[in-house]
Amino acid sequence: MSEKIWSILIEALPKMLEYGLKVTIPLTLLSFSFALILSVLVALIQYANVPVLKQLCRVYIWVVRGTPLLVQLFLVFYGLPKIGILLPAYPTAVLVFGFNEGAYMAESLRGALEAVPKGQLEAGLCVRMSYIKIMWHIVLPQAFRTAFPALSNSLISMVKGTSLAATITVTEMFRQAQVINARVYQPLALYTECALIYLAFCSVLTVLQHLIEKRLNRYGGVKS
Amino acid sequence: MMLEINGIRKAFGKKEILKGIDLQVEKGDVVAILGPSGSGKTTFLRCLNFLEIADSGTLIFDGEHFDLHAAKRRDVARVRQKTAFVFQNYNLFLNKTVLQNVTLGLTSGGKMKKAEAREIAVRALERVGMGDRLDSYPNQLSGGQQQRVAIARGLASDPEIIYFDEPTSALDPELIGEVLGVMRQLAQEGMTMLVVTHEMDFARTVSNKVVFMEDGVIVETGSSREFFERPKTARSKEFIRSILEKSESPMERRTPLSKISKIEPETLN
Repeated sequence: MSEKIWSILIEALPKMLEYGLKVTIPLTLLSFSFALILSVLVALIQYANVPVLKQLCRVYIWVVRGTPLLVQLFLVFYGLPKIGILLPAYPTAVLVFGFNEGAYMAESLRGALEAVPKGQLEAGLCVRMSYIKIMWHIVLPQAFRTAFPALSNSLISMVKGTSLAATITVTEMFRQAQVINARVYQPLALYTECALIYLAFCSVLTVLQHLIEKRLNRYGGVKS
Repeated sequence: MMLEINGIRKAFGKKEILKGIDLQVEKGDVVAILGPSGSGKTTFLRCLNFLEIADSGTLIFDGEHFDLHAAKRRDVARVRQKTAFVFQNYNLFLNKTVLQNVTLGLTSGGKMKKAEAREIAVRALERVGMGDRLDSYPNQLSGGQQQRVAIARGLASDPEIIYFDEPTSALDPELIGEVLGVMRQLAQEGMTMLVVTHEMDFARTVSNKVVFMEDGVIVETGSSREFFERPKTARSKEFIRSILEKSESPMERRTPLSKISKIEPETLN
């Protein structure tokens, strides 16, 4: 009996891993990149106090943070076709995951931007750097350093969040586990295996986070 | 006249910080701006560089007229090109090395080639004795070293005047000397400087003019020798006395403590 389970698990591993590496990871990276760009824009608009756009950003964050991710997915994939907006499953997932996590990341970044001392901006103005250049070279890099742990959180949470894409017909790693389970019916063993692969992915990211933080610390380190 | 400042007014909310400041500065002048805290010295300096926008006031810089309240973007850039600003808290770019801190303003916006900027920056850093720490980050430096880098950053753009906003106030006492030393050297080389300071020794021996401010107005202005030897107003007399007492007899300031220790045995008995 247990030998049979082992052989099922061993057989399932490459199939799940394949979808993990081919779908889950790229889907995460695409969605995260989209979320990152969006969150930088949304945070900067608020930091720079751009009228109208700033209010729009607040509404965006309010709505996205106040509604469930699963409902957002269903709304876009099953709901929008009713008014003629029909998106394929994969792009829908990228869009919804990006917009969703982007709202949280924008708040992390906004807080980090506001924590950068005002004097950094003033010093830049005094040596005749443009506002954009000061933001790009001085303020944003420092804000990224501060927000880095929170942004890492978002990335890790997104890796696991992509499993929700299974509900809108994207065959990613979890969907693959369901498919295999439907054939052999070993839910305990197969979903444990699936969970362990997610854990492995997130462990790699945690180690990466630690290494990058070490490198970022070079200018925030102790006095020599 | 290099710099002619007329009628600067500035209020934060209902509180009037500057109530009409006029000042004339000649090339090579080292002007010490003295006065008790809250007298508007720092705000005055910040208005000159558009870090604060004055409610009114004009600036004539080398014959060019500028409106301190309604300056156009181009005018702001023009004024800042002629000036450098040294902050109380140094404000070095924390994510940049010493060298980058100085070159960034030179190269930004394609103003200058990298190699040329580097050369100028190294020269400026050597001038303040920081030529051996090019690749350090600000957090690896002492306050005195950071402030010297900040001065080099200002020098690199070849300004006609440098504004110093309490450049030594954030420093540990043993680090003040190295920064004042650099400023003294700049003064001797003929740099025009406007210095908000509490360092009476600097005001007396390095600056040639003194401006004494209180409650948003200039109470007295004159040569530094005159100011310290024959202060004209009662208020400045009092200020000089109180400052000199503080700076010249640090031990005496502690007398209350020694008195307490004398009393202590009795109270213990």
